[in-house]
Amino acid sequence: MTTASIAQPRVNSVPPTAEQAAALENAWRDPPGLAGWLSAINHKSIGKRFIVTAFGFFVLGGLLAAAMRLQLARPDNHLIGPDLYNQIFTMHGTTMMFLFAVPVMQAMSVYLVPLMIGTRSVAFPRMNAYAYWVYLFGGLMLFIAFAMNIGPDVGWFAYVPLSGPDYSPGKRVDFWAQMITFTELSGLLEAVIIITTVFKLRAPGMTLNRIPLLVWGMLVTAFMVMFAMPSVMLASTALITDRLVGTHFYNPAEGGDAILWQHLFWFFGHPEVYLIFIPGLGFMSSIIPTFARRPIFGYSAMVLSLIATAFLAFGLWVHHMFATNLPELGKSFFTAVSMLIAVPSAIQIFCWLATLWTGRLVFRTPLLFTLAFFFVLVLGGMTGLMLASVPLDLQVHDTYFVVAHLHYVLIGGAVFPLFGAVYYWYPKITGRLMSERLGRWNFWLFFIGFNVTFFPMHLLGLHGMPRRVYTYAASMGWGPLNLLATAGGVLIAISVVLFVVNVWRSRAHGAPAGADPWGGGTLEWATDSPPPACNFAAIPVVQGKEPLWEPQGIAGHVAGLSTETREVLVTTVLDARPDSRDTFPIPSIWPVLGAVAATGLFIGSIFTPWAVVWGCIPVGIALTAWFWPRRRETALHLAEEKA
Amino acid sequence: MNDPKPSVVSAHPGVLDVAELQTVVFSDRSLMWWGTVGLMAIEGTVFALGIVAYFYLRSHVEHWPMSTPAPALLWGTVNTAILVISAWPNHLAKRAAERLDRRGVQVWLTVCLAASFAFLVVRWFEFEALNCRWDSDAYGSIVWTLMGLHTFHLITDTWDTTVLDVLFFTGPLEGKRFSDVSENALYWYFVVLSWLPIYAVVYWAPRA
Repeated sequence: MTTASIAQPRVNSVPPTAEQAAALENAWRDPPGLAGWLSAINHKSIGKRFIVTAFGFFVLGGLLAAAMRLQLARPDNHLIGPDLYNQIFTMHGTTMMFLFAVPVMQAMSVYLVPLMIGTRSVAFPRMNAYAYWVYLFGGLMLFIAFAMNIGPDVGWFAYVPLSGPDYSPGKRVDFWAQMITFTELSGLLEAVIIITTVFKLRAPGMTLNRIPLLVWGMLVTAFMVMFAMPSVMLASTALITDRLVGTHFYNPAEGGDAILWQHLFWFFGHPEVYLIFIPGLGFMSSIIPTFARRPIFGYSAMVLSLIATAFLAFGLWVHHMFATNLPELGKSFFTAVSMLIAVPSAIQIFCWLATLWTGRLVFRTPLLFTLAFFFVLVLGGMTGLMLASVPLDLQVHDTYFVVAHLHYVLIGGAVFPLFGAVYYWYPKITGRLMSERLGRWNFWLFFIGFNVTFFPMHLLGLHGMPRRVYTYAASMGWGPLNLLATAGGVLIAISVVLFVVNVWRSRAHGAPAGADPWGGGTLEWATDSPPPACNFAAIPVVQGKEPLWEPQGIAGHVAGLSTETREVLVTTVLDARPDSRDTFPIPSIWPVLGAVAATGLFIGSIFTPWAVVWGCIPVGIALTAWFWPRRRETALHLAEEKA
Repeated sequence: MNDPKPSVVSAHPGVLDVAELQTVVFSDRSLMWWGTVGLMAIEGTVFALGIVAYFYLRSHVEHWPMSTPAPALLWGTVNTAILVISAWPNHLAKRAAERLDRRGVQVWLTVCLAASFAFLVVRWFEFEALNCRWDSDAYGSIVWTLMGLHTFHLITDTWDTTVLDVLFFTGPLEGKRFSDVSENALYWYFVVLSWLPIYAVVYWAPRA
């Protein structure tokens, strides 16, 4: 295959010349114009859109929460009726879990992982764009359905028989089930992308024991996604076929079983908590060393704890089902695992404390958010241990105690670190720092508002207030604590408004950041802010866990990669030795068209099963056109080929 | 060609020259292999969970199949034979790709395609001989789901193979496309091997 006869390919030298850097910029940037915007595949463009979209859904989910808090602020309130309230709490949970918490973590990895491991792109960049569009269209579908009064109304875990054809006629649950198809398809593709990127595209010298802990977290998360999400896809497909074509998976009259839904859902649903939590731990492990001015304490213990958590996370789904008639002996196994998973989490917490204890702390906004993690997450972990015990769980099952617990765990474990992460990496993404003054207001209002909102819910739950009631009688005595929770909700809302203002204003008015505003040690701080289209004009060679903190700095750079095509260096899995070169595809309109075709198939199938058959044709056309090589591109690749 | 030793030149300190590295690699050295294995892990999990659901449902009823006869054995067994035999041209296509032998890839991919049209036709008869409908009872639902999931894989693999085969006749070709053929063959093995447990469950579990 070396028959091509075009000029010798141009490659980069070390250090790269200005001409080479300009050629690389030209090779890696997204095309201009609307068609170019739709064709974009650079991981930073897609990553930014992904992050902004996920935060858009976060704000929408927050507005739904605000509506619930207003409704519950006083007893016998009739601001929102029961039917709309059912849709609102279902949309809130669904949005936060499926459209915000898991995708935002994958979005952060799409942007950050290539920069942190010293490469120019994620693997399969067109598939990455496709995964983004599928996610966006799935989220829009759900909200358009909600706006048309066909939003789901059966809770975010959609238990049968309530969600089955007998008790939920109409299309509301079908939209929910197809939202699962969209988001899980996107999530699964991202998992394959992240695993391949981390295993094969690391900078030379970045052996397994030098991978940044955030990247470890994203890798472990991607593996969990691969084995957890298929379960909910199977479950929701069975639900929608029960509803639309008369299968009987969950219909006891014909041999089906309602508990099957709970098993399949929670076999995904409990690992999902860790899909959200483990990236949060990764943010902690990035921010703490930088602001403690020392490398992390106990790196190997941290990595092993992440992996242990991932395994144990698959062994505790039944603790969501203690109120069902499963064998008691089986339940005690799940109690034991639920207790056991506290051990790796505790190891990590102690390692961070040791790092902080022996460091010189710099109290900037990212550190404030990570310090709050300790307080909030530990409280959530404590109530988690309480809920792991069957008798206590039965007492508070389906009460506000569980609502308090899950918000302490998820907001403490993921959203606080995520806010810290935004303050930490915003200067890398935009080239400007966020306002520190607004950041402190943002932090303190969020921290106080969060506790004022959710701490009273523990007490409300213990006083017997059930979840998902749209109102309650004054005689129950739940009024004052609910009013307090609503007041806390107002503080959270103000804090999020300040956050949005800070993000918006700092784009133009923030202080210029430079390459490394915090003095960080990992590779993303070695390149400009914002990074050039190719990330690194010359790929760095790594000799330590924090390459920028090594005594001699970055050890060397890679020469000899093309400056005309999207060529990347592929390295070995364990030792990251240079192994081969691969040329990535150029931008293409077909991923977004493929996502449009898939959207037609998924939405069409809500109305007729034939959409699955006919919808495959446009999907097949789009995917084939996406793959089919172009002559000009092939000729360029042939010139660089060495078989 | 599968020599794992990197040919990296370091003429100056701090400079790692990678210009001489290969661009056409196979197996776990290729990104496409990792992507394919990732999809296999996901789809393998779906099959495994489907089989778990099958036995879960079976454990909750008295008679299995609940109200219909077990599937007739003939066509399912014929198709198992076709699938297993198709692994042979598939193996030869993979070998030809790894030799960068365009002619060999053309020949063996075409033979694979003939096999795939045969198993798609026989799959149609299989559905006719299942002796149940998806809406007859929970047994019918899970049997149709397992069969449907696997048939979906047969169709996508047939289409992938068709596109690659056409491309090897028309071009434009570059070395990477040989890796694509090799990974497509890997995926074919997955489709064949995942059929064996599904065949055992669908055709033999109701008889056990």
